Amino acid sequence: MALAIVKETTVQPRSASKPMVCVDAVTMSFGDFVAVENVDLTVADGEFLTIVGPTGCGKSTILNAVAGLLKPASGTVSIDGAPVRGVRNDIGYLFQQDALLPWKTALENVELGPLFKGMGAAERRERATTWLAKVGLKGFEDRYPHQLSGGQRKRVQMAQALISGPKVILMDEPFSALDIHTRHLMQNELLRLWQEERRAVVMITHDLEEAIALGDRVVVLAAGPRSRVIDSFPVALERPRDVAEIKLDQRFTDLYRNIWSSLRGEVEKSYERHD
Amino acid sequence: MNATTERLIQLALLVAVLGGWQLGVVLGVIDVFFFPAPVDIFNQVVAWVTNAGFYVHVTTTLTETVLGYLIGTGLGVAAGVWLGLSRSAARILDPFIKCLNAVPRVVLAPIFVLWLGLGLWSKVALAVTLVFFVTFFNAMQGVREVNPVVLANARLLGASRPDLLRHVYFPAAASWILSSLRTSVGFAVVGAIIGEYLGSSAGLGHLIAQAEGNFDAVGVFAGILVLAVFVLLIDSILDVAEKRLIKWRPNVAEKPA
Ligand SMILES: Nc1ncnc2c1ncn2[C@@H]1O[C@H](COP(=O)(O)OP(=O)(O)O)[C@@H](O)[C@H]1O
Ligand SMILES: [Mg+2]
Repeated sequence: MALAIVKETTVQPRSASKPMVCVDAVTMSFGDFVAVENVDLTVADGEFLTIVGPTGCGKSTILNAVAGLLKPASGTVSIDGAPVRGVRNDIGYLFQQDALLPWKTALENVELGPLFKGMGAAERRERATTWLAKVGLKGFEDRYPHQLSGGQRKRVQMAQALISGPKVILMDEPFSALDIHTRHLMQNELLRLWQEERRAVVMITHDLEEAIALGDRVVVLAAGPRSRVIDSFPVALERPRDVAEIKLDQRFTDLYRNIWSSLRGEVEKSYERHD
Repeated sequence: MNATTERLIQLALLVAVLGGWQLGVVLGVIDVFFFPAPVDIFNQVVAWVTNAGFYVHVTTTLTETVLGYLIGTGLGVAAGVWLGLSRSAARILDPFIKCLNAVPRVVLAPIFVLWLGLGLWSKVALAVTLVFFVTFFNAMQGVREVNPVVLANARLLGASRPDLLRHVYFPAAASWILSSLRTSVGFAVVGAIIGEYLGSSAGLGHLIAQAEGNFDAVGVFAGILVLAVFVLLIDSILDVAEKRLIKWRPNVAEKPA
């Protein structure tokens, strides 16, 4: 399993666990346009991987390949040892945009995964109610998405993605549309839920602070087109973490400076190309 | 301007128009052969409403309207969802649909009478041809404009194709169909009335055609008045239905998300 160039010599956190997501020499293209080329990534079971990179470099594209929504032009993606062919239902995907079904209530939305998997009505209702309470939305069961705030909708989406206990959780800039306070709340909430039952996570973000505060490892992508992995930084900060407090930690700021020096050049390149 | 003043002005306008009309008739300025006196029209309506036979006509028209609406909507939704999902089928059938939709429906009435006789079904058929296309285009649009993120989310949650139809495509199409509810019911009424007018033995359209045949302007005007009330009643029922059915939408006037 070719791992991205590991700059720092620190050992992988939880290196004992088996690899859960393997992206092996994946190239993604849209017609003649090659978005990402030859990407290798491995996410261990229970590892929280964050990916940063300039806008338009192909972060979402890679995530969609892992989810099976897009097919690689070459290379393979596998989850838990099995190659990904098309959409599968053992992953949880948290979208940046509103992805709730607007004609279903919060409870009905959370119930969808179990419903599609054939669970009985009483059991899935109970599970969904529990999950809504878990994300702090007890009493909001019968609200329609338009009757919830942006942060509340995100919570419903979180419950919806996690209720079936997916092997892998994929997140595409899930909190970028939220205001800063709500974002901090949601980040802590996410860490709390993840801590309960550690899954492999791949989270995309353009917010480097978020990437460090949440991740076990931060991967940096080059500017597109033909983007690739250029760096991988382990984050050796102990858990549980509080995202607001951890930013004051010396090790956090050192790491931030390191990663930013790697990311900065790519962001600048990306600006030049698009101007 | 407050609501009461507006109501008073509306009332004054009504009284002025009807009063002027009645006065014109009394003074002999208006020819009752073409414009019968409002009082006579009103008396005719009262005579109908108090006669049990009148309700046979109302039920006939209502039955035709409802059947035409239900059948037309059912077929329209089925065809719209199908063609919305299958781009290639939509491309192949496109010229035929355009041609069919271009045919003025009124000219079909004699054909339907030939095929289905003078009874109920020729009127229903006419209403169906009018309703079908409204629903069809809306259902197709609804399916095509399903939010791709919502769709991807449902698929990732494990939705099979029938699941997607039931939980994503139909609800998305339904909101478009409901937004055209008024238009399509209106068309159903038009289809039923025109069918009756062109040849039938019962219904509000038949009532008007009969009065016209006897050069009975009072009957024609009374028929029009009854029809207007008929449509207004259906409209207010739909108001309630619409509010109950799309409660998930922030604003009924807004496009579905
Ligand atoms: N469906 C598509 N068709 C053509 N080009 C696309 C498509 N989706 C993404 N791209 C291009 O691929 C590149 C990567 O996109 P994306 O993965 O969305 O970037 P980001 O890193 O911002 O998530 C961009 O240059 C974008 O324009
Ligand atoms: Mg993106």
